[in-house]
Amino acid sequence: MDAIILQILNGLDKGSAYALIALGLTLIFGTLGVVNFAHGALFMIGAFCAVTLNRLLTLSHQVVDETRTDFLGNPLKVDVPYVQDLFGESLGASIIDWSVPLAILFSIPVMIAIGVIMERGLIKHFYKRPHADQILVTFGLAIVLQEVIKQIYGANPIPTPAPDAFRGSFDFGVLLGFDPNAIIYPYWRLVYFAFAAVIIGAVFAFLQFTTFGMVVRAGMADRETVGLLGINIDRRFTIMFGLAAAVAGLAGVMYAPINSPNYHMGMDFLVLSFVVVVVGGMGSLPGAVLAGFLLGILESFASMNEIKSILPGIDQIIIYLVAIIILLTRPRGLMGRKGVMED
Amino acid sequence: MSKTTLTRRGVLKTGAVAGAGVALPTIFTASSARAFTNAPTGGSVTLGFNVPQTGPYADEGADELRAYELAVEHLNGGGDGGMLNTFSSKALDGTGILGKKVEYVTGDTQTKSDAARASAKSMIEKDGAIMITGGSSSGVAVAVQGLCQEAGVIFMAGLTHSNDTTGKDKKANGFRHFFDAYMSGAALAPVLAKQYGGDRKAYHLTADYTWGWTQEESIKAATEALGWETVETVKTPLAQTDFSSYIAPVLNSGADVLILNHYGGNMVNSLTNAVQFGLREKQVNGRNFEIVVPLFSRLMARGAGENIKGILGSTNWHWSLQDEGTKAFVKSFGTKYGFPPSQAAHTCYVQTLLYADAVQRAGSFDPCAVVEALEGGDSSLPGISSPANKGYLFDGLGNGQTLYRSADHQCFKDVLVVRGKENPTSEFDLLEVVEVTPVAQVWYEPDHPMFAGGSLGSCNPGA
Repeated sequence: MDAIILQILNGLDKGSAYALIALGLTLIFGTLGVVNFAHGALFMIGAFCAVTLNRLLTLSHQVVDETRTDFLGNPLKVDVPYVQDLFGESLGASIIDWSVPLAILFSIPVMIAIGVIMERGLIKHFYKRPHADQILVTFGLAIVLQEVIKQIYGANPIPTPAPDAFRGSFDFGVLLGFDPNAIIYPYWRLVYFAFAAVIIGAVFAFLQFTTFGMVVRAGMADRETVGLLGINIDRRFTIMFGLAAAVAGLAGVMYAPINSPNYHMGMDFLVLSFVVVVVGGMGSLPGAVLAGFLLGILESFASMNEIKSILPGIDQIIIYLVAIIILLTRPRGLMGRKGVMED
Repeated sequence: MSKTTLTRRGVLKTGAVAGAGVALPTIFTASSARAFTNAPTGGSVTLGFNVPQTGPYADEGADELRAYELAVEHLNGGGDGGMLNTFSSKALDGTGILGKKVEYVTGDTQTKSDAARASAKSMIEKDGAIMITGGSSSGVAVAVQGLCQEAGVIFMAGLTHSNDTTGKDKKANGFRHFFDAYMSGAALAPVLAKQYGGDRKAYHLTADYTWGWTQEESIKAATEALGWETVETVKTPLAQTDFSSYIAPVLNSGADVLILNHYGGNMVNSLTNAVQFGLREKQVNGRNFEIVVPLFSRLMARGAGENIKGILGSTNWHWSLQDEGTKAFVKSFGTKYGFPPSQAAHTCYVQTLLYADAVQRAGSFDPCAVVEALEGGDSSLPGISSPANKGYLFDGLGNGQTLYRSADHQCFKDVLVVRGKENPTSEFDLLEVVEVTPVAQVWYEPDHPMFAGGSLGSCNPGA
């Protein structure tokens, strides 16, 4: 029982990341009709926003400490961050400690700008082209973005720790009446899940309760009619693209402490997120969220030893297996609408 | 009227084939004594450094490349000479190898066997490399060693720890200075039993390729011989980055020791996940839960940060050793790059020197002559009575007296058991040496079951 609860928890954080990326993917598909294969790269760039802010905050100058020596016996050079010069030692240190949450503020304008530039500069020109062309150009863009990040930050994962306050883990077992230490879950992963829930809620509220959101939904249903009513739907869709980029970026920022960011992390998530979108139903926002969590948790269950001893290697293929079964029984996905991708 | 179909592609193709045809014979006719692949003709000789510049072992690869560049500098008479001054063989004099200036080309193995073979092949065929060296993954090392055997060049393995490299996949043209998984088990198990008790229950997480398999087998055998029980062994994909779904089942398995048969980026992530899930604060069977990382490196310790403290493992070499060779190497590496070298850097630097020394002693770049020189005469390690105890004996390269055993081209030397330091005095001072395990304790016969099944075959000069 405790093992099962643990795997459900474990699936939640991965499911959160899948859901956030898939939400943006399906939002772009629903509004602009483009399958954006560069969406994983946006997730990766988000994580590197956290790395960049951390780097900026730890920019430092060297001070020679005569009392200590380095490994060669020379006087030790100590790095002192400029932030500590500006704000004093303890405040400076805690600003650096909180660099990942601070990166949320930093990443929103950056990601929206990248999203808008991507849409206006490149993807706009491919609306009237076949889906295959759109996939090729966005996939190419993803590779370009990856290589740019690799050029700047190198190929190695860069450790980006969470604030000290969130280190360590929470003992669920005691809460539920199990033995101490039976069900342990890291604080930051809980924070990630809560954060994802807030972002998903905010996106739905924005689409449901604002005039802007209403127009966008109307445009998703019938773009031509909304245009004929004299509404500039294209500009709103551009803003939605920027928003979807920001959602992917935020998912990346908060994911940085869970797994050290590297230039390839976007691709790992993109393929799975695309499967999530298809399973959830192309263009369906609730479907994407539901499928994200479903597949995240199933993936966790599949890596339990009890299951692997019956079906070896199942943890590597479970997601695709489930995708095949769902598409065979429900060809439009879990919550797909009629008429999407069927013309 | 007939139409000629002269296309740009056609012309290029014909040109390339013709060019290769003209160039090829010079490779075969280069040496007057005996033909061998890529015999150096001009005033320089090219070595091929094949290291992971991307992928989970990229950190190690970058440090290996630094060491190779330093070795080339020293061979050509630059810098302070490093371990050339402490090496027991005095054949090298800083004028290159056999008077030829040493040059090098590099390739990216990407920590993938096929990419590594492609880059090694290109360095041999296109750049004329006479020797290939590098590693950081045993899968890669075994693949490239096989390629070098076929191509007729020498392979000096870098960081590769699988038993198979000099076990069932050993080749006459291949040599390994680094220690192996069996030696890690033999050195580590007694220390584990002493520190953690003789009746522990172990859970293995293992990187799913040749190195992980042999390390799991070696550690399992060595710990079970001392009374430990193995609860479960789980293989994880090499490309895995989030290990949380593999760590979670450990919590309820009844195990009280987790053994991470992971290396490089893999190990940094799995250890971080294990610590995040509270394994180090856990009590099982009334005792503290322990984590063991059988193959340790300082670069990994840096990546894992705080998490490494107090964790036991083994290592081939560490910069804080106090012998003359180590001190000389740390000084020249540290002066050039500003930080101490890793064990990966050390083994690669040493391998380059050992190759150059063997060529110098043999008086020829011919791979078969080099093999003969590296296999040495009949010198042997003191204190070990075995018919296999013979090969090339040397000293002054940081590990004390070392034997390049002729039977399987594996180096035998002392092994270090290390622990993540609780109170580091600097960002490099991350490991402390717990025990220097004498070579006699890690010695094994060439026909040991874990190494059986392969044969060196005969050396291949290629061409």
